[in-house]
Amino acid sequence: MSEEKKKIMFTVRKAPHGSIYVYEGLEVKLIMAAYDADISVVFMDDGVFAVKQGQNTKALGIKGFEATYGALVDYEITKVFVDRLSMESRGMTEDDLLVIGEDEDTEEPIKPQVVDSDEIAAMMAEQHNILAF
Amino acid sequence: MLHTVNKSPFQNTSLESCIRFTRPGDVILLIEDGVLAAQAGTSKSAMLEEVLAKNEIYALQADLQARALTDLVPGIKVTDYEGFVELVEKHATHAWL
Amino acid sequence: MKLAVCIYEGPYNHEASDTAYNFIQAALKRGHEFKGIFFYHDGVYNVTKLMEPPQDDRHIANRWSQLGATGIDIVVCIAAAKRRGIVDDVLVPNVRISGLGQLTMMAIEADRLVVFGD
Repeated sequence: MSEEKKKIMFTVRKAPHGSIYVYEGLEVKLIMAAYDADISVVFMDDGVFAVKQGQNTKALGIKGFEATYGALVDYEITKVFVDRLSMESRGMTEDDLLVIGEDEDTEEPIKPQVVDSDEIAAMMAEQHNILAF
Repeated sequence: MLHTVNKSPFQNTSLESCIRFTRPGDVILLIEDGVLAAQAGTSKSAMLEEVLAKNEIYALQADLQARALTDLVPGIKVTDYEGFVELVEKHATHAWL
Repeated sequence: MKLAVCIYEGPYNHEASDTAYNFIQAALKRGHEFKGIFFYHDGVYNVTKLMEPPQDDRHIANRWSQLGATGIDIVVCIAAAKRRGIVDDVLVPNVRISGLGQLTMMAIEADRLVVFGD
């Protein structure tokens, strides 16, 4: 098939740890990354807390996922975005975001890209299907 | 794009977020507890009226009936499950869970 | 059109399973085809034969099973199911346990994927 890759977006709007949605949602992303699809991930609303650096779930006794998010780029999930207004209204800045991998050539850390809502809305409009977690 | 919202606007900001990401031509469908937003004369009515000036808003009839909501913000269209399917035929969907 | 549905919530506790079911019935009436129905998160509890609701209420698991009997592929996520104690032995007929790859295929191959959850 000479068809273009289908665009599949994941929106992450739930806060982490209070429920399993973010954790199990991540499992879907990792599986889907192995398939022939054009994947993007957008963190918005309370979902921005999922990409806050320094999370430690040890005392909860819950398996965390910060390490996996740190390897998103290794899974070839590189289109990772954070909604600016969601982030700022929750008292976070770009500095608070965790690293999702490093640049192959420069070894510079890669962080999610902070974008405005109209950009995200435009991306949403281009998707074949969107999964919300 | 079809945006489905299933949360009460009195307890959750899903509808507000949805509106922020709604573009011209997009449609919002209120389902489940989301239909609570459709009531006329609430603290959220003005927000819906503003959206209705630019976008269509539908509310699922079965959910309205179950919640005894009859007096709706003018302009909100009532639809059934088949109408829901028709909207899905026309648009890719995003669920604002 | 080819449609797919993903359901995140368990039965009775949340309306998601009911809304999804009513949506699917209406879509079938309109002549659509389903690539599949995928149960994820607590949604995996929708198809256990261990449920025994009062007789005057809907039997959610049987309803899904009957839909599966018509040939629609109803898939329970294996990772989510294992975590929650849902195994083949407790499933109603006409549904199957499989991997997230199935959800991936539905997302890619269905013209529309509709998500129902909380």
